[in-house]
Amino acid sequence: MADKQNLWHEFKKGLWQDIPPFRLVLGTCPTLAVTNSVINGVAMGLATLFVLLTSNITVSLLRKIVPGQVRIAAYVVIIALYVTVADMFLAAMFPPISKALGPYVPLIVVNCIILGRAEAFAQKNPLMPSIMDALGMGIGFTMSLAVMGVIRELFGFGSIMDIKLLGDWFEPWIVMILPGGAFIVFGFLVALVNYLSRKKAETICH
Amino acid sequence: MEEKIQDKPHEKPKEPPIERLIVSSSPHFLRDENIHKIMHTVVLALLPAMAASVYFFGLRAAGLIIISVAACMLTEYAVQKLRKKPITIWDGSAIITGILLALTLPPSFPYYGAVLGSAFAVGVGKQLFGGLGYNIFNPALLGRAFLQATYPVLITTWSEPLSKAAKAGVDAVTAATPLALMKFEGKMSSHLDLFFGNVAGSMGETSALALLIGGLYLRYRGYINWKLPLGYLASMALFGGIFWLINPTKYPDPLFHILAGGAMLGAWFMVTDMVTSPVTPLGQWIFVICGGLLAVVIRLFGGLPEGVMYSILLMNAFVPLLNKHTRPKFFGEGIKVE
Repeated sequence: MADKQNLWHEFKKGLWQDIPPFRLVLGTCPTLAVTNSVINGVAMGLATLFVLLTSNITVSLLRKIVPGQVRIAAYVVIIALYVTVADMFLAAMFPPISKALGPYVPLIVVNCIILGRAEAFAQKNPLMPSIMDALGMGIGFTMSLAVMGVIRELFGFGSIMDIKLLGDWFEPWIVMILPGGAFIVFGFLVALVNYLSRKKAETICH
Repeated sequence: MEEKIQDKPHEKPKEPPIERLIVSSSPHFLRDENIHKIMHTVVLALLPAMAASVYFFGLRAAGLIIISVAACMLTEYAVQKLRKKPITIWDGSAIITGILLALTLPPSFPYYGAVLGSAFAVGVGKQLFGGLGYNIFNPALLGRAFLQATYPVLITTWSEPLSKAAKAGVDAVTAATPLALMKFEGKMSSHLDLFFGNVAGSMGETSALALLIGGLYLRYRGYINWKLPLGYLASMALFGGIFWLINPTKYPDPLFHILAGGAMLGAWFMVTDMVTSPVTPLGQWIFVICGGLLAVVIRLFGGLPEGVMYSILLMNAFVPLLNKHTRPKFFGEGIKVE
């Protein structure tokens, strides 16, 4: 019973309490770079989820074999393997998305969330908690990118998932699909998440 | 209760009697200056520029100014209400931000765009940093920069002044600004037109004369430091002049640089912003010289025809650094006592 609760906790923490880009401020590079549309954000999130899950599994399984001195190098090799798989999969199955994401898929190798979870969690924990941790973090990351994508696509193109939502009266805010807009939206979302968590903490205390 | 006190700005605070000797802790204010008075003097100084914009571009200019001011004050009110801070919309700073933002917009700019720019200028540019006195960037310029990125086409659609449109027998004629003509077509505009403002451009920036009157009035009242506007214009003229001497057919002369575009408006009303300019003399010199150089470099070699806005915003970012490292030494500082 306690085990199940633990697993649930490992899963849940990535969704809100430690949600990667907004609370841990990890993986901000893809969060800022590829969220100019919902599709790109979700695709990037799912690719990261896949790499996170598989690398956490591998690192967790190998945690007693890999010597401590070379563990970071070992993680990078493991992660690079799965990133290559994700990259080639995207290029073969969804060429337009692969083109839109550009170099950011190969760059998942240096995504701090993945290396961070491997170092901070998977190397110390058995298989099941590591899987739950990766799923929680990955889904939290995907959600964050999707939210960024929704806001930026809505204001920048007047559409969501390429479906026109705002009529012709709306003059698109070009800045929203530029890097500047990414930073503005990101800042507001970090502030919002902080505000909501503080509110939550206050209600618990009182 | 707090709000009621703030809402009556026109009641003068009671002046303390000035005595021969006052023993108190700093700051030692003997004049009856306050934010309210300074800001309303600046509004007064902007009146000639506003009048010129209405004269050259018609009532639409007045509409844009009114809407920007109203949007700035509303944003200030909304944010202060949300943050449960005292409401200070009548201190005049939001009014100035609104006027300055409107003066940097093209006359044909849509009203909703002006509202968006005002909301960004006051909401993000000023209130997010903590309100008046805490903002790093000039709020009006930040709003303008946001609009430049948001509506890049609308904000570069200029129209001729009414007099020229009337000559052509139509209501409005779109035209390029003197800077764009210089940059992309190699045509120079006459200095006289630039001085009086009879050219296409942002509403408030075309008439150098009106801006000069306002700026000199502010200088007369002692609210601006002469180093800032004159240094900025001189720096633009100097660096512009160097390129002019190198190739007079390709590059415009120094007088063109300081009369065209936003140079006058920026130099007299934005470089001199009390919050976002350095306080030390050396810092001020560095601020204006680098600002003028940046403006000229952007004008001549950048992707945009006008560089005043970005030059001031960029230098705004350096102000904390300049203030920190150009602090004058007080007597005896740094001498080691044996």
